[in-house]
Amino acid sequence: MGHDPIEVERVLVELGAVVIGLAVLARLADRIALSPIPLYLLAGLLFGTGGIAAPDFSEEFIELGAEIGVILLLLTLGLEYTADELRTSLRGGVPGGLADLAANATPGALAAVLLGWDAKGVLLLAGVTYISSSGIVSKLLRDLGRLGNRETPTVLSLLVVEDLAMAVYLPITSVVLAGGGADRALRSVLGALALLAVVLYLALRRGQVLSRLLAARSNEALLLGVMGVTLLVAGIAQRMNVSAAVGAFLVGIALSGTVQQRASSLIEPLRDLFAALFFLFFGLQIDPGDLLSSLPAAVVLAVVTAVTKVLVGSWAAGRAGVGPRGRMRAGTALIARGEFSIVIAGLGTAAGVEPEIGSLAAAYVLLLAAGGPVVARSADGLADLWARRRRGGRPARR
Amino acid sequence: MGDVQETDLPGIGKRFDFETSSGARVGVIVHRTGRRDLLLYSRDDPDSCQTVLALSDADVLTLVEILGGSRITAHLTAVQQEIEGLAIDWIDVDDSSRWAGKTLAEAAVHTRTGVSIVAIMRADETVPAPAADTELLPGDRVVAVGTPQGLSQLAQELSGT
Repeated sequence: MGHDPIEVERVLVELGAVVIGLAVLARLADRIALSPIPLYLLAGLLFGTGGIAAPDFSEEFIELGAEIGVILLLLTLGLEYTADELRTSLRGGVPGGLADLAANATPGALAAVLLGWDAKGVLLLAGVTYISSSGIVSKLLRDLGRLGNRETPTVLSLLVVEDLAMAVYLPITSVVLAGGGADRALRSVLGALALLAVVLYLALRRGQVLSRLLAARSNEALLLGVMGVTLLVAGIAQRMNVSAAVGAFLVGIALSGTVQQRASSLIEPLRDLFAALFFLFFGLQIDPGDLLSSLPAAVVLAVVTAVTKVLVGSWAAGRAGVGPRGRMRAGTALIARGEFSIVIAGLGTAAGVEPEIGSLAAAYVLLLAAGGPVVARSADGLADLWARRRRGGRPARR
Repeated sequence: MGDVQETDLPGIGKRFDFETSSGARVGVIVHRTGRRDLLLYSRDDPDSCQTVLALSDADVLTLVEILGGSRITAHLTAVQQEIEGLAIDWIDVDDSSRWAGKTLAEAAVHTRTGVSIVAIMRADETVPAPAADTELLPGDRVVAVGTPQGLSQLAQELSGT
């Protein structure tokens, strides 16, 4: 390879320093009981294009790093749920999922229209505001000891449905972004849908097939097999204009049974590493100056979509017979946006759609990934406050 | 056995919960990793709970053994039931008993008291229908069937008083 050996040395040293920096941030986030994701993004912003101290990473290095990070991150996201969980959530979670989609994709779409973006921008921003961060939410529920709460199955089933919605949304969006004439776009969408149908059929009905192919007694062989298939499918997907990351996500979903369980327990510890690198690399590509100019729009969007998430979560929990405090807990837990919103924005920047979408999504995710957990922590107090105000407003009712 | 409710927690595992006879709501989360959380639901807000204990696989085995063990003992003492003059009882062999270390034949239990020893429970094994040359060891628990009088005589002899 035509690399200057000194260059490799320097990149390794700088990358090492940056990852150590991430480790420090992760500790700090743990100490102040916050999600580390906003900190990773900030680190990326500070050290990247237009930041305070840009390390001399070459553009290809950053791009390749972001690409590999997102492939591995999406593989682990796809592996998160078992086929059984997908099936039962799909059966019971459709009304909640549809309400979630309507309430949270609409503000994004409207905002994009107001900003004067084209149809592709509208599609992207709708996705950015729709999807909660399953990573942040499930960590939050764990940290707050709410896993056993009665509202938690509702929250988790909304997350699963969102995950499945991504399986449909991401391939379609990526082929739409790849563009071409209406005729070609239609053919690509049909191709993506066919691919998706095959994946879901494999995952839900024929889980054994892929699993039997990959099942190996040694963890090593299993891990190599899964990685190999992932990279292969990711490459083919990229060829078909269905972005590599989306291909990896579909592989994660298609794996099921014992292979899914073993692979997810093997890869899970690495998931947070991939996620950290992914957020960092995304941040590196964004100029903090652009971020500041997107901030007002991001603040409005964040406030509106925080409220819509609370409404949807509380409505869905109410349907499951949960009381007022639990409904507020369910709603506020869902506020946090994270990895998927950034992935979607990343598709947009890669396709060169709206230059502003990257910085807007970064500001938006910064606000909600940091703010969501804080609001969720004080959910019980909020619910009591809300109840008191309602009682105060209508004293005759009680 | 109470009515146990089972709920899926996608991405995490399963939750089981039931109400105790005193009215407390108790839950267990079985994580995919094998970890178990023991939960107690709040009485003010029945939707929320507190994790009382986080248990590893080994902790679970220990806890089950303790809880289940005492349940079996309680069960056993309650089972001493009489059927028309016939009784069944579980009797521990004390090391001060004169029959400790002797075989069943030497103790001649059946000849003297009319009681049959139908099984011997030891620390890690159970000897069903023990043969005449089986030894009674201190710490054994014998399962005996006979008349109430015969059983109380045997109980006295085996306890060494």
